Amino acid sequence: MAELMKTIGIWLSAYFTLSIFSFLYKDNPFYKLAEQIFVGLSAAYWLVYTIYNILIPNLFNKLFTDFAHNWILLIPMALGIMMLMRMFPKLEWLSHYPMAIMVGTTAAIAMLLAFQSDFLSQIAATMVNPFKFSSPVDIVGTILLIIGTICGIYFFYFSKKQEGFYKIPSKVGIWFLMVSFGASFGYTVMARISLLIGRLDFLLRDWLHIIR
Amino acid sequence: MSEDINLTKTLRERRIIFLLLVLAVAIPIIFPFSLKTHSTPLTEKAFNLIESTPAGSPVIISFDYDPSTVTELQPMAIAIIEHAWRKNHRIIAMAMWPQGSQMADMAFSEVQKKFGEEKVYGVDYVNLGYKPGGMVIIQTMGRNLKTVFPKDTAMNDYDSIPLLKNIKTIKDIKYVVSLSAGDPGLRDWIMTANGKFGIPVAGGTTAVSAPGFLPYVNDQNQLSGLLGGLKAAAEYELLLGYEGTASRGMNPQSIAHLLILALIVAGNIRVWRNRKKEKMAKEVNNG
Repeated sequence: MAELMKTIGIWLSAYFTLSIFSFLYKDNPFYKLAEQIFVGLSAAYWLVYTIYNILIPNLFNKLFTDFAHNWILLIPMALGIMMLMRMFPKLEWLSHYPMAIMVGTTAAIAMLLAFQSDFLSQIAATMVNPFKFSSPVDIVGTILLIIGTICGIYFFYFSKKQEGFYKIPSKVGIWFLMVSFGASFGYTVMARISLLIGRLDFLLRDWLHIIR
Repeated sequence: MSEDINLTKTLRERRIIFLLLVLAVAIPIIFPFSLKTHSTPLTEKAFNLIESTPAGSPVIISFDYDPSTVTELQPMAIAIIEHAWRKNHRIIAMAMWPQGSQMADMAFSEVQKKFGEEKVYGVDYVNLGYKPGGMVIIQTMGRNLKTVFPKDTAMNDYDSIPLLKNIKTIKDIKYVVSLSAGDPGLRDWIMTANGKFGIPVAGGTTAVSAPGFLPYVNDQNQLSGLLGGLKAAAEYELLLGYEGTASRGMNPQSIAHLLILALIVAGNIRVWRNRKKEKMAKEVNNG
């Protein structure tokens, strides 16, 4: 029975993979069906997962088994219900309060941590003496890091017209930015090809058994 | 009329490119050959973090991805679990993505085939499952791990799991590896586990998101190594001395990249020739 289910799973997976790939030729009913099934399944999966793995163990179980120690959970429960009021136009205003709490707390928590890791630590990371390294590659790399950071930031400095001498660091900054965009594009191509490898490997190995 | 002809031509050319790409990937999969892969400093740094951690250390591997990125991240998960087990680290698996927990189970069962009964659930590894909340959850883990994960995925109580006996907070963890496909994920671990608690964090990401994490591999050691995409997974397999799914993927990856390079060059030559033609036509019109 398990073997049969596995085989059905592989055939279904192959069918949906080919259906999605068929869009590369042109839009067609197979692609549309696969797309709609994917959207529906994902939404249903999320709903069921949220109920069974978040709401039941973290809220309902605690409230029903030990209310005295967990009554405070009534507050997030009320906020959650208020959030659902978005579905009723007349009561939609109630959802603004939990939304405000969410935005406020998330921004405050993220700001504190981001200030440390994305601001202070990043600035400190560019304050490096390039000549403390013994390898020429590291020395050149660190010098490029310092120049790239300064010129890249200068490119976004708009309070001084960038002409004459002031244009030079800005131009250098653009070059560094272009290199980083190129690197990002290269990584993106690599990622997309990797996904294609994964799917073709599945089709050729698990479905068609052409390779072992 | 000429616009219609151009559109048809573009569509035809696009289909030819898709077909060429499929062939460039499929042929090296069917007829494998050996292209050499070399490890890079980013991968070596992550490798050295695990290599230098003493045996018996409790570590966290966070499975922050789902099946859509399994091609890139699952080989990394398998390689990292294998490395950690070779060094006798005790692995605590958790997930900030709902399906991450299943990804962890799949990876453990794959590596378990090599180690057999040597590695025991609850003693050498445990799967604490999924928890929503991102950086808030990691902050709470800094106060008390048990309040975040009162039970594991097999519904065992926290206190009954031998591996977790002396682990009260995230500060008892020696390193964290986040295998991350987006948000929540590696950035939350860098900001909280490293930024707030000073725990070494290494990361494995999809190739698309790797450039965004490169600035964290710096003098401040915000990130102790970064694996970006299938190539980095292949490098890790190389460092461990075996050929896994990532290494096998390097042949088609290289051939496809060569094809894309050739297409970029051909496209640029064509644009250059068209511009030249237009320029000459303008000059003729202007007399």
